[in-house]
Amino acid sequence: MRALASMLLFVLVLVAFEAALSLAPWHEGAMAAAGAPAVEATAAQPGAPKLTVADYPRYRGFNSRLTVWIAAQLHLFFAAFVLGVPIFVLVIEFIGWRNGDPRYDRMAHEFIKISMGAFSLTATSGGILVFALAVFYPGLFAYLTRIFGPVMMLYALLFLAETACLYAYYYGWDSMQGRRKPGHLLLGLALNVVGTLLMGLSNSWATFMMAPSGVDSQGVFAGNVWVAVAGPLWTPLNVHRFLANIAYGGAIVGAYAAYKFIAARASEAKAHYDWMGHTANGIAVVAMLPLPFAGYWMTKEIYAYSQQMGITLMGGVFAWLFIIQAVLIGTIFLAANFYLWCGMARLDGANRTAHLVKYIAGVLVICFLVWFTPHTLVMTARELATIGGAYHPVLGPLGVMSAKNTAVNIMILATFFTYQLFRRSMVHSTRPWMARASRFQVALYVAAVANIIWLGVYGYFVPANIRIGLSVPQVMTTLLVIIVCIVVDEVIASRSKRIGAVHWGRMPARAQYALFTLAVAFTWLMGLMGYIRSSIRQHWHVYTVMRDGSVDAFTPTIGHATAIVSVCTLLFLALILFVFWLSGLSRAREAPAGLAEAGATP
Amino acid sequence: MRVSQTIRLLLVVAVAYAIVELGIPAIGALMKPGTWPVVPVHLVRLYLFFIVIVILLYAAADEERWSRVRGDFRFFFGAPGARIARTATIVAISLAGGYGAYDAVRPRFETPPELRAVHPAPPSSFSIGGKMYDLLTLDNPLRADKQNFAGDVKAGAAIFFKQCFFCHGDKLDGRGLYADAFHPPPANFRDIGTIAQLQESYLFWRIATGGPGLPREGGPWMSSMPVWHRFLSETEIWQVILFLYDFTGHAPRAREP
Repeated sequence: MRALASMLLFVLVLVAFEAALSLAPWHEGAMAAAGAPAVEATAAQPGAPKLTVADYPRYRGFNSRLTVWIAAQLHLFFAAFVLGVPIFVLVIEFIGWRNGDPRYDRMAHEFIKISMGAFSLTATSGGILVFALAVFYPGLFAYLTRIFGPVMMLYALLFLAETACLYAYYYGWDSMQGRRKPGHLLLGLALNVVGTLLMGLSNSWATFMMAPSGVDSQGVFAGNVWVAVAGPLWTPLNVHRFLANIAYGGAIVGAYAAYKFIAARASEAKAHYDWMGHTANGIAVVAMLPLPFAGYWMTKEIYAYSQQMGITLMGGVFAWLFIIQAVLIGTIFLAANFYLWCGMARLDGANRTAHLVKYIAGVLVICFLVWFTPHTLVMTARELATIGGAYHPVLGPLGVMSAKNTAVNIMILATFFTYQLFRRSMVHSTRPWMARASRFQVALYVAAVANIIWLGVYGYFVPANIRIGLSVPQVMTTLLVIIVCIVVDEVIASRSKRIGAVHWGRMPARAQYALFTLAVAFTWLMGLMGYIRSSIRQHWHVYTVMRDGSVDAFTPTIGHATAIVSVCTLLFLALILFVFWLSGLSRAREAPAGLAEAGATP
Repeated sequence: MRVSQTIRLLLVVAVAYAIVELGIPAIGALMKPGTWPVVPVHLVRLYLFFIVIVILLYAAADEERWSRVRGDFRFFFGAPGARIARTATIVAISLAGGYGAYDAVRPRFETPPELRAVHPAPPSSFSIGGKMYDLLTLDNPLRADKQNFAGDVKAGAAIFFKQCFFCHGDKLDGRGLYADAFHPPPANFRDIGTIAQLQESYLFWRIATGGPGLPREGGPWMSSMPVWHRFLSETEIWQVILFLYDFTGHAPRAREP
């Protein structure tokens, strides 16, 4: 049924393209029939059309911008989820195949099962988005179609391939075990390749609207669609979304595991979902660690493309939304750390390292406060007079990127340190070189933090473009510590004896709410940042090339925008809960014996 | 006597509050004598909110610690011997909440805090007297002229102290004679977050077109900046820009390759 629905949507999308082209007011056929120039963009001037309010159909009961906004946001939430999950499912399946542990295979299967339910909703929301665009913004849709027509057709074909790969991958899971497993893994790889290509193609439409390439200042298309696709922001957006999708997928399946953990009564089921939640949290955190740097790169490219757009983003009215962004990112870090701290309860040997948690908490809170201290403080006139001007001598320097980069790198190191404590609590060093290796790790942390702080301070004494460039050695320092510590830990773990065991399922229920918080914060954050990325075009459909001529060609207030982002978040969470519920229904039918057995366990 | 877990956590909150309310202003007073740079109240609330959240998370992360905290609360809210302390705490919290509500709604004569965009977004181009300036490619023509650089900076200084320092101050810190009359106040060029973040073309646009030249987006603006191209020549504006960077020691933001 799902495959049939996807095919049907594919046909409907093609019909929508054709309908949009034929309905567009400057379509040659329509122009000839009307016998009058409805808009300036005619055959004589095939550039971007100059639209007026009359070119935007309006329907009672619908707000055009809100309809497209909500449809696009819901589609992006679902698309990010269904593209992110197969990436780590493939990795987990591969690990399970290599080490022969069937638990990995079961978990990977359960992860992909959740995304199956979401796949139909991805296609549905995508169909609604296409129709909404064609109906409410026929001028824009036709202009984009004129340039990206071949890309859109390729997208539709790839969508079919994605559908085929996903269903073959999911439904072939049980039958492609044993000797057929490599074939199944290859199927998973094909699914991910096609999915990534789909993401790249659709990203090109968004980045073209932000930073058009392949057209002149009048929007006249030069004819090379690849130039239009590979615009200046395309690669940074691809990298950013690729990483974010994995982190987002991890956060959502983590919420699923938390939901199942809380609902489970049997200790076996609790153990399974605890392990699942731990893995999902790890995936979300690991994928999130490089995200801030992908974000910096993209912002740097936005600034390089247009100072105007860069300033609108970081210094203008949208800067206030970055305070909310900082709070949400901090929330993600805190929730992930809290979950890891609670996870110490699973370990017999955690008492040796538990006392360090308060120091990690202290470091996190200081970094977090620096992270969200705004550059421009909102002050009353009295505060302004007490401070002696708008510039605060202590908090002012915390508002620029030097301080933010320093804080986020140390936050990442603190989070990784928590994760490392969890792993190291399980092993007991038995040889002198292991103690020396541990001391080396401590020295590495100290040197890294000193280097990050030094680079941050140095940033205040160099020009802005060099200051931004200093984020690279800061990131490299962080990555170096993480990689070296992982290698050292692996060597120590392989040559030392384990202390006790990991008691999966020995986890307080309150820790599961940290996983819910992760999913909610990620969703909210994606909605917020998606809005900012899209809205810095301001009154342009295609920046500097095609003006928005509709009645909605204004930037909404911050309050209104965040309210709509919140509505999108709530809608998505309600729908994903529906998916979780559906997933539970199919499980109830699939494994009654397992449930009965689990029910017998005290 | 062993202090209970909850009391210790509350003490941490109290110390954090003292650092925010007294420690930061004290450091600020050392850096900027004659002032008491308080942390704005909206930021104090945010800081404390997250400090309390992290302390709660820390308390809840360990089963034993959490059960001690819950035990403290059970004792406080249930033990007959704690009745006076309990009643006093509940009354104090209620009074504090009531005062907070009153304080939030009582009439004030103070102007409300304002969300100010630090750097209004410039247009991609603008014109003065028919001459177009493309901000994407515009550079300071005087910067490359090393021979006359010192003279241009000196000329810029003369213009600044004749025209600009009344608002932006003789130290370029936004504390000029008229500064207190403006809200939002004049820009502080010494702040690393102002001209150090910007290309010279941005400053040229901002000085030349002043408050009236600000974009419609993000408005209404409350800038008192005059339209300086009516009073200064193009060269004089570039000279002032040279002086601003030279005096503050900042370098203009280079164009990304």
